[in-house]
Amino acid sequence: MVAPAVILLLAVTAYPLVYNLWNSFHSENLSIATGQGGFVGADNYTKMFKSSEWLHALLRTLAFAGVSVALETVIALGLALMLHRRFRGRGLLRVAILIPWAVPTVVSATLWKTMFDPRAGFVDYVFGLHTTWLAGVWTSWAAILVADAWKNVPFIAIILLAGLQVIPTEIYEAARIDGASWSQSFRRLTLPLLKPALAVALIFRLLSALLVFDVIYIMTGGGPGLSTETLSFLNWQTFLVDTDFGYGGAISVMLVVMCLLIAGIVMRVMRTSAET
Amino acid sequence: MATLKLSGVTKRYPNGFEAVTDLDLDVADGEFMVLVGPSGCGKTTALRMVAGLEDITDGTIEVGGRVVNDLSPRDRDMAMVFQNYALYPHMTVAQNIGFSLSLQKMPKAELRTKVEEAARVLGLTDHLDRKPAQLSGGQRQRVAMGRAIVRSPAAFLMDEPLSNLDAKLRVHMRAEVSRIQRRLAVATLYVTHDQVEAMTMGDRVAVMRSGRLLQCGRPQEVYNSPASLFVAAFIGSPAMNLYQGEMDQQGATVQLGHQRLDLPAALLDERVNGPYRGRAVVVGIRPEHLADAAEASGDGGNRRLEGTVDLVEELGSEKLVHFHIDAARLSTTDALLASEDEEPETLEAGEIGSATATAGVARVSADSHIAADQRVVFTVDTERLHLFDPETGSTLRSAQ
Amino acid sequence: MSTESATPGPLVATRSRGRPKRRRPRRRTVVREVCFYLAVTVVVLFSLFPFYWMVRTSLLSDSAVGQGVGGANGLFPAHLTGSAYMEDFTQQGFLTPLVNSAIVAFATTVITIFVAALAGYALARLPIRGAGAILAFILVAGFFPVLAMVGPLFLVLRDLGLLDNIYPLIIVYLIYTLPIATYLLRNFFMQIPKDLEEAALVDGATRLVALRRVLIPVAVPGMFTAGILAFILAWNDFAFAVSFLETPGHFTAPLAIVNLGQSQFQVFYNRIDAAVVIITIPVALLVLFAQRRIVAGLTAGSFR
Repeated sequence: MVAPAVILLLAVTAYPLVYNLWNSFHSENLSIATGQGGFVGADNYTKMFKSSEWLHALLRTLAFAGVSVALETVIALGLALMLHRRFRGRGLLRVAILIPWAVPTVVSATLWKTMFDPRAGFVDYVFGLHTTWLAGVWTSWAAILVADAWKNVPFIAIILLAGLQVIPTEIYEAARIDGASWSQSFRRLTLPLLKPALAVALIFRLLSALLVFDVIYIMTGGGPGLSTETLSFLNWQTFLVDTDFGYGGAISVMLVVMCLLIAGIVMRVMRTSAET
Repeated sequence: MATLKLSGVTKRYPNGFEAVTDLDLDVADGEFMVLVGPSGCGKTTALRMVAGLEDITDGTIEVGGRVVNDLSPRDRDMAMVFQNYALYPHMTVAQNIGFSLSLQKMPKAELRTKVEEAARVLGLTDHLDRKPAQLSGGQRQRVAMGRAIVRSPAAFLMDEPLSNLDAKLRVHMRAEVSRIQRRLAVATLYVTHDQVEAMTMGDRVAVMRSGRLLQCGRPQEVYNSPASLFVAAFIGSPAMNLYQGEMDQQGATVQLGHQRLDLPAALLDERVNGPYRGRAVVVGIRPEHLADAAEASGDGGNRRLEGTVDLVEELGSEKLVHFHIDAARLSTTDALLASEDEEPETLEAGEIGSATATAGVARVSADSHIAADQRVVFTVDTERLHLFDPETGSTLRSAQ
Repeated sequence: MSTESATPGPLVATRSRGRPKRRRPRRRTVVREVCFYLAVTVVVLFSLFPFYWMVRTSLLSDSAVGQGVGGANGLFPAHLTGSAYMEDFTQQGFLTPLVNSAIVAFATTVITIFVAALAGYALARLPIRGAGAILAFILVAGFFPVLAMVGPLFLVLRDLGLLDNIYPLIIVYLIYTLPIATYLLRNFFMQIPKDLEEAALVDGATRLVALRRVLIPVAVPGMFTAGILAFILAWNDFAFAVSFLETPGHFTAPLAIVNLGQSQFQVFYNRIDAAVVIITIPVALLVLFAQRRIVAGLTAGSFR
């Protein structure tokens, strides 16, 4: 009964991966007419490790993932705390933040591209600026961050909220009697007890952030120049613009390895510090 | 001088409901005061107001002479044991106990010493590095106590700490809690719905019902001289036998069905029984004040009660005889007896049911030969009869 | 006899009557409440304002869009028109991509529900060797970099002659939907008490029959939620669409939006936004409808 699911998934994940692995050791560039298909050993990999474009993409991706996840988690924690209270309009708040999460990335990216446009957008209008956000390096990243956060904070908030809701409320009363202030309760009761939820949210978001593609493609196309090119974007570029499937294979393999590594590290860290 | 004083304490909710009305209570330094009553009587609300977890609508609460109404819980220097223990699930036993001390930034060595001392008193030394999830119910309860005693507070507050333990453990822990409290000599306010706990543990017992204090006094006094029908029925197990009777015109005897009993000497005074002569009155007889006439040598006359035995429970040390007489018994649906949320009894008089349902209960010696379905004659210690006003429920008392 | 009774004697009475305490709401609490509601308002505005802006822009005429924001074209523009919408459907042919997206998302959803229900049920109930490993694989598959798949899949589809075709996408999108749907349904099935099926089994049903006639009806809410999530995920894809589809007539909606409204001289944000509005409405409605379910489904059984 499990077979269909497993087979299908294997077909769409394992098979391409293996294919990638294979390709990465061969030359498979569709735009070069001759001499393709031969075994080239680790040439693709050495090319990758020596490439400054790849290195920069890697660094940018790591930086973006780190900054966006950190920022988004903090904001989401605040949101979760807000939603945890019972108040009128709580349902409205919840719906209001769920919609950004549910819309396609195309929508959120296009939406914010419009918002940041100097002519048709709201940002320049309300602050009285004339910046072309998507033409500068730091401003592009700022715009991308905003679009990313707008879409993803709700997801983290929902997960953190669920984590908050399983914490027994009486321990806070006990803590008040024991003499704890609100911030002491938060630091010593809430945060430690949120670790499982935080772990889940972090893994999801970290991995998604490392693989970010849609937003980059739509808002900046990797530009200006190459300054917003992330690893996934480079990967796509290599496959579909350069049509170099050998090199692209190498990049893909590296990407997978990196994801697994980081997922493993995060889970290890969370597990040892949570210690339930 | 760490005493606890409640004056006119009232808790009123926005919809007008009063959970606690005008409560006056004094707890002396080192005294173990038990607040007892049925579910919903307001005792937990009162406790939480003392703790600072609920706002006080009216009245004052003083600790050691200092009014604490506006102080937050952390500033009141009180320790509390919760019904469900409220232990911090992610901390070890040692960390749970020492939490309040670590908040005060106490030096680690000193903290460790105090925690170990508290653990020793409670027998938790071997469990200091465990987490609550790994402990049994009794152990968790002791950790909750440890958290309280390590602080040397001005007062202890306990919210039904034993109610989640199984029966045997509860009996054991009753003694433990009493022992620890006596040793620490801290004013303690202990809330429970179990009157056995109240009687065995309290220096004084305060009975509450529907938000009001009915009576406060030493256990023996509340038992022997209940101020009202409710207190009389609530305290004591098996419960006091209550019948609807009629006083004679001379104020010398009371009629139960077709039988007569002498009034106790203290109530023969006309000033006391005058208003009730020839009228209905509620008669209470504690089970231990009935004896098997065949065993006990008593005089006859108006000190006997005849009835039919429904059931005899052998306890080994004594027998509990369930019987019925032809007098109307007071049912628990009676307004004077009912508590807020209990289901009314629906058994008719004469039907065999639970001990409280229809039959009276008598405690007779183990040597008695009383058996079921027989006629039985009891001697009654009429000096220990209780009489109550059928309308207000208050006890008829001698003039002084 | 020193029992105190409830009727207050003179001493006690004066004490309590003389000093009633009235509570005033403390100043600090009021300020805190105000700040809280302010924060809530800010969050709601930030979440929803971009939608307003989108709708507003979509109702501008082609010329108005080029003029920039301000004056008659400010926060609440004076002249609204549905021209952008018309353009989208006539000139830009937005209808076809919409239909394409619908077909693919729907098909993917159906397959997902079916496959994930089977797998989820099996993982929840049947003692399968390596069940843990299988579940782990399914979950990890959900984490794989999608872009890494693009290359090989491109080659495969090319060799099969299936490029520029929306139908292969149905299978490809399963990579988005199967992991989370299986996980969700597995959790869901685990929460249904075993007695239900055991009663059916005793009554003579096979596992499959038990599943079909007893469990499925009970599991409908869970499958509904899984279906909604799957639909949203499949509808939203962009990466695969942009890689495998070429002719505008074969685009899915997300892809079509990006290529809309780009002329050599001007970017027609009004048309783009009109398309975005159209594509957002079903999703927004779904969320409104099922937000509680979605939240519950996402977090079910995670932190026990």
